[in-house]
Amino acid sequence: MMKKSLVIALIGAVLGLSSCQDTKQPNYQYMPNMYEPVSYETYQKVEWMPEGTEAMLPADHTIARGKKPYRFENTPEGKELSRSMSSPLDSLAMDENLATGGELYGIYCAICHGNRGDGQGNLVKREKILGVPTYADAGRNISVGSTYHVIYYGQNAMGSYANQLNETERWQVAEYVMKLKADLTK
Amino acid sequence: MKKVQNRQPFIAITGFCLVVSLLLSPTLSAQDQATEPAATQEAADGGAGSPCGPGDPVKGKQLFNQNCAACHALDRKMTGPALGGVATRLTEQEGLDCEWIYAWVKNSPGVIASGDAYGNRIYGEYSQAAMTPFPTLSNQDINDILAYAEAPPPAPVAAATPAAGAPAAGTSQGISNELILGALALVFALLVMMLFLVNRTLRRIAEANGVLTEKEKAAKGVPLWKAFAQNQFLVLVTSIFLLLAGAYFAYSWMMQIGVDQGYMPVQPIHYSHKVHAGDNGIDCKYCHSSARVSKTSGIPALNVCMNCHKSIYEYKGNPEGPSAEDLAKGYTNEFYTGEIKKLYAAVGWDEQNQQYTGDSKPVEWVRIHNLPDFAYFNHAQHVSVGKIECQTCHGPVQEMEVMYQYSPLTMGWCVNCHRTTNVQMEGNAYYEKIHEELAKKYGVEKVTAAQMGGLECGKCHY
Repeated sequence: MMKKSLVIALIGAVLGLSSCQDTKQPNYQYMPNMYEPVSYETYQKVEWMPEGTEAMLPADHTIARGKKPYRFENTPEGKELSRSMSSPLDSLAMDENLATGGELYGIYCAICHGNRGDGQGNLVKREKILGVPTYADAGRNISVGSTYHVIYYGQNAMGSYANQLNETERWQVAEYVMKLKADLTK
Repeated sequence: MKKVQNRQPFIAITGFCLVVSLLLSPTLSAQDQATEPAATQEAADGGAGSPCGPGDPVKGKQLFNQNCAACHALDRKMTGPALGGVATRLTEQEGLDCEWIYAWVKNSPGVIASGDAYGNRIYGEYSQAAMTPFPTLSNQDINDILAYAEAPPPAPVAAATPAAGAPAAGTSQGISNELILGALALVFALLVMMLFLVNRTLRRIAEANGVLTEKEKAAKGVPLWKAFAQNQFLVLVTSIFLLLAGAYFAYSWMMQIGVDQGYMPVQPIHYSHKVHAGDNGIDCKYCHSSARVSKTSGIPALNVCMNCHKSIYEYKGNPEGPSAEDLAKGYTNEFYTGEIKKLYAAVGWDEQNQQYTGDSKPVEWVRIHNLPDFAYFNHAQHVSVGKIECQTCHGPVQEMEVMYQYSPLTMGWCVNCHRTTNVQMEGNAYYEKIHEELAKKYGVEKVTAAQMGGLECGKCHY
């Protein structure tokens, strides 16, 4: 009888301990004050800050180090002006720029615009987003400058990619888009 | 032996039940299927054409999806106005003719520049978003599109029928399976009962014959626990065993403290990695773009969501429809659409007017992967330089409906990987020399992360 109750108690203890692990709650920590940072963590909630979070936009009228402000405005006129811009990237390093641009294009653009730039990305094929034009579209007549402009500000249903790509990367993608356009109109 | 006769009716009843239940199950599923064909009858043919002349709505739909759908929908405002019945609306209410529509589609900036009243009004109304000219569309193409806009072909009905059929077949299959299982359980229960009855009968016979059972014999001797306590060797062995077992359980319990493997918190918006990364094949780095270039992989800002969800305002699911498993958990199309509305509320997107209200509130995502502060980890180092797949550490994220921590993220786990993973040496001109020297030092062709110093304490703890 005693043995029986002992076995039951043991099974109960094992079950009790294992059921402590609730996957919806984080686990116990040995020394929380060594685990948790004293400084703010990325995106941490901070009550007293204006947005309630550690992440904030740069103050107005300031320029972040290493960043250059973009000179054209997000208007139809600005877009027309951007058309004549040429790429500031080193034309001798064209191959490397196109390789990087292609990689980035594959991540950020191909999902809608298609790997070949014909507007047949996976989201279009699955009819989630419709009406993505091909780069060869005569009515749009894109140039490297206007492509950069559209990546920077977005256009119609397309959003801005300025926060996912830095300036060099935007130009690399724009150059790659022009290569796709050349391949399509060949 | 009289009582044994009782068994016969039991067997007969079980057999009857089983046969009846098996007969019932196919009839149930047949009833489900009978309701289906009625739905297909509803596919009626729409009137082809618009006030501007006859057109082919099927071809029009294709053209519309290719050229117009980025900015226009039939029933709601997007970047441009809703186009459902646009030809009737323009010709009857605005007093414009079809020539105006042709001219507008082919060259809208030209129409605006010519000082056209309606053209300028609509241009101003939609915050001066110029419509791309489509000089390549012929008048007949435009007629096709207008015909589609007047009365879209009832294609969705045909597509919906197989989807509606699939779950019906699935549920009927489930019912018959349950019935069979139920019948089997019943048979099992009856067998157990019969065993009891037989046992009781035999016991009575034994009692009548004066045979003593084992139990009764034991009850007369020393109780079991007393016999156990008297045997010192047995007590010693048992206590050693219990101590070892206790130590084992205590050790394994203490070792999992601080390890959050399997942590699966409830997020404020039910974001499904399975739908985004799995079904739609969106690259991880599309949203987690800072994993390429910085220490943290980053929680995407809501504007990244809006890159697509400006256009995708409802969840339409896979062409084959939601799986039975998803439906059982409540992941219906309406459920996902509701989650998209939560995104709109958080980012402050006014769906009616297609613009931001400026009234936004941050979404408090619950962080899952969190290394202790005394361990340094850098995403860019692993993702961009090491070219490690995200799935190596984060597991099959593209199959996770609810995100959870796949790896233990313990030091042993880090060190094991550093011991077995080769350093990406190709195309890394900056480190070419040191890589060569290390390879020579260890006499190997490929240097592992550990050989390069990936096990030194100060690399991660400082």
